[in-house]
Amino acid sequence: MATGAAVTPSPVSDLRSFVEKQSHQHILDCYQCGKCSAGCPIDYAMDLGPRQIMRYIQMGLKKEVMQSNTIWLCVACETCSSRCPAKIDIAKVMESLRILAATEGSPAAEKNIDLFHRTFLNTIRQYGRAHEFSLAVAYTLKSRNIFGNLGAAQTMFTKGKLVIMPPKVGGASWVKTVFSKAGSTGPDVSAAVKTEGRH
Amino acid sequence: MSTDTYAYYPGCTLHATAKEYDVSTRAVCEKMGIGLEELKDWTCCGASSAHTTNEALAIALPARDLRTAEKMGKPLAVACALCFNRLKVTEHELAADKAKLEAVKALVGNDYGNTTEVVHLLQILYDRRNTMAVSRPLKGLKVASYYGCMLVRPHEITKFDDPENPQMMDRLMVALGAQPLEWDFKTACCGASLPLTRRDILLKLSHRILAQAQQLGADCLAVACPMCQFNLDMYQQAINQEFSAKINMPILYFTQLAGLAMGLSPKALDLAKHIIDPLPMLEKKGLA
Repeated sequence: MATGAAVTPSPVSDLRSFVEKQSHQHILDCYQCGKCSAGCPIDYAMDLGPRQIMRYIQMGLKKEVMQSNTIWLCVACETCSSRCPAKIDIAKVMESLRILAATEGSPAAEKNIDLFHRTFLNTIRQYGRAHEFSLAVAYTLKSRNIFGNLGAAQTMFTKGKLVIMPPKVGGASWVKTVFSKAGSTGPDVSAAVKTEGRH
Repeated sequence: MSTDTYAYYPGCTLHATAKEYDVSTRAVCEKMGIGLEELKDWTCCGASSAHTTNEALAIALPARDLRTAEKMGKPLAVACALCFNRLKVTEHELAADKAKLEAVKALVGNDYGNTTEVVHLLQILYDRRNTMAVSRPLKGLKVASYYGCMLVRPHEITKFDDPENPQMMDRLMVALGAQPLEWDFKTACCGASLPLTRRDILLKLSHRILAQAQQLGADCLAVACPMCQFNLDMYQQAINQEFSAKINMPILYFTQLAGLAMGLSPKALDLAKHIIDPLPMLEKKGLA
């Protein structure tokens, strides 16, 4: 830009170097061809498309990236990654942004998606295996969308697809331990953020 | 290929919403003389939620099951596409990063060597497609093979078929006597884990898949992923309402179709579990 106001003075190197370290992807390799956005099945619902997210990371626009709904709407279908001519795993970049959000505790633009994943993990922590019924009940109560999911629950029940009793597994206590260890000192995740934050 | 006994990881969904995938997998393998030994005390792979929030969990959870299989000394057969993907990613990441492997060993057990071979059930059936005892060829059955995302991507890691135009399920269908269709949505996303959170997106994505299959005259979809099956089957009525469509498309696991062709009964393949009842269509074609 030749003239005009400066771009938001956010910590440029912070976001990009965090993402690069976490995802092992070279963000500057992106030359904005747009193949990722063209193939993304959810691009239409995103406030910033995948191509824009890549550009914003290059420019260090952390606030804009972290406030976008994109990082939550991405379901990791990997279409973008498999088509990127610069061989950037863009889905992995999105993943690293969600990890950053979880680490910094920044508010999610799609609160229910964040809530869903947390609730899902909670059932695994509790039982060692996922339990769809507990997940659905806990999520429905927390998201306060009781009637929206009633129909599906009823159909599943009549088809014998709903297992009411949670599973009992031998490995459940191991899973609990791993959850508490990973929560504080993951192999490399949490540590990466703390060092990057000092700039 | 020579192995005929596998360690077997059903995964959480196959014990709940996708019971029929587990039932038909076991029935078909028994019929084909393939042994499946379920992992003792297996735990969840973390699915799509762990790798979105915590990398340590996303790697440690599948590693525990990989270690159990390693101790059994057998390749690990997996039916759920999502579990298959997470197990493959874990194996890949641990092979690429020694420090990560050491950290994970501290969690799952120091004897873990990351040597487990992970194989998807579709691969197992595909490799044996020419020696299957097909007693009731699926004649006249037009099948849209739907692979979804998790088997074929990321291709560098799953190394499964072709990421844009896979053929394995189509060729398996030919071996079963069915007629696979050429279509555009083989590896398009169905909406994945969004049914409870952004159902609008799920309906839109699943609708375009079902609509083209219907337009091309498919009798059913063949699937290999319990999440895809659930979305496309459970929300079909909602899709019809939302888009004023009239779709009535049975969504069958490829294992169920293989079982039918090998003469197994609808009951043995748990066909009654589906929301869109496949039996009227199958009976009309003389296949059930």
